[in-house]
Amino acid sequence: MSYKIRGLKKEYKGFKLYIDELSLYKGEIFCLLGPSGAGKTTLLRLLNFLEKPDEGEVLYGNKKYTSQNYLPPLEAMRQITTVFQRPALLKDTVWNNIIYPLKIRKEIIDKEKVMGVVEELGLTNLIKQRSETLSGGEAQRVALARALIFKPQVLLLDEPTANLDPGNIKIIEEMVLKYTFQEKPTVVWITHNHFQAKRVGHRICLMDKGCIVEARDKDTFFRSPKHQKTKEFLSGEMFF
Amino acid sequence: MEGLAESLKLLFTFDPYVYDIIGLSLRITGVALFFATIIGVPLGTLLGLTNFKGKPVVTALLYTGMGFPPVVIGLFVFLLYSAVGPLGHLGWLFSTRAIITAQTIISFPMVAGFTMAAVMSVDKNLMKQLKALGATGLQASWAAIKEARVGVLVSIIAGFGAIISEVGAVMLVGGNIEGKTRVLTTAIVLETRQGNFGVAIAFGIILLTITFIANLSMIYLQKRHMFE
Repeated sequence: MSYKIRGLKKEYKGFKLYIDELSLYKGEIFCLLGPSGAGKTTLLRLLNFLEKPDEGEVLYGNKKYTSQNYLPPLEAMRQITTVFQRPALLKDTVWNNIIYPLKIRKEIIDKEKVMGVVEELGLTNLIKQRSETLSGGEAQRVALARALIFKPQVLLLDEPTANLDPGNIKIIEEMVLKYTFQEKPTVVWITHNHFQAKRVGHRICLMDKGCIVEARDKDTFFRSPKHQKTKEFLSGEMFF
Repeated sequence: MEGLAESLKLLFTFDPYVYDIIGLSLRITGVALFFATIIGVPLGTLLGLTNFKGKPVVTALLYTGMGFPPVVIGLFVFLLYSAVGPLGHLGWLFSTRAIITAQTIISFPMVAGFTMAAVMSVDKNLMKQLKALGATGLQASWAAIKEARVGVLVSIIAGFGAIISEVGAVMLVGGNIEGKTRVLTTAIVLETRQGNFGVAIAFGIILLTITFIANLSMIYLQKRHMFE
């Protein structure tokens, strides 16, 4: 499912997000880079329709949403999901956590299909374990399995690999790449790590102070950035 | 000592008068607790998970309800069901229904208040995550209740403890009629007044045992929750 954003505005105390124009396409991984407080998470929440904008419009699928009607029907909402930086799991077994989205959609649980995702994320031995006993990396893999189990058309990733070890990062990156290749969802991936953006992204976008600084295809973004702020960000100067 | 010996005899010989009163007490309290739970748990969940304009007022009313003297609630129910009261035509005064009404009103703020606290302790990120996974408000609320299940169970046990040992309101609206509205607490009052200390002690032992078991399970659950 694609998005077309125009004049999107969201204001909090001391913070303003303004996206003049942005398109997100089916089958691409769109990486959002930027310093803390740049507005990346706010944009993600708006894309998940968990937050209402003050102004502007979002064309999602074939329907236009504005601040007046920023609540798509449940079926449309259920095509979108977010994996957050800190995995929040139910105090239950790994299996019950993974099938939760299927249960709330009253879908038939195909054990083989579920086990397929479980195996790919290396969770087979943990399936009966309770979520409270998992390590950070294991919990995040469960969160990703839970997000992919119902085959979302929009996958929003809010720094899902921050603070994870390289082994877990690799598993998560490979799984998202494979899912994107097979199911052609729209993926928006927030990361602080531009090496990761280089590895997984098709298009890269730099945000700062609530606005988009530059959004280009990966090669152009990294090889010949146009904006001074992008150059500073890539050289690490923007952090200091 | 004589009274104690008599009370033990009544208990171990399964005296029908004693056991009828125990059965009626548990039935009335059980029904009242059922109503308190179906009102209190959803109300507590709503207050714990949502923010709305009048929430501080509703919460303050709930806390007031938790500390409200039961005898005043008894008076309110008495007036409600008395011949000249708005529900007098129902003829419920001095019946088990009047006792159930009073006990429900006494216990539901407690169930709601403790449920609210339990649900509020559920990880806020989990609630965000469930919505992002496509859960409806109702589905997310049900998940929150399940997450806070120990706390919710404790709230129901606390509600039970509050009404099983209640005497003022029950006496006022039930009338302590033998075989009809006489429960453990009102029977203790009556038997003590008549000098039947053995029977009174027997009822006292039963009541103490029931509240002890309720409190013990509450402590056990709270302890388990701490280590979960």
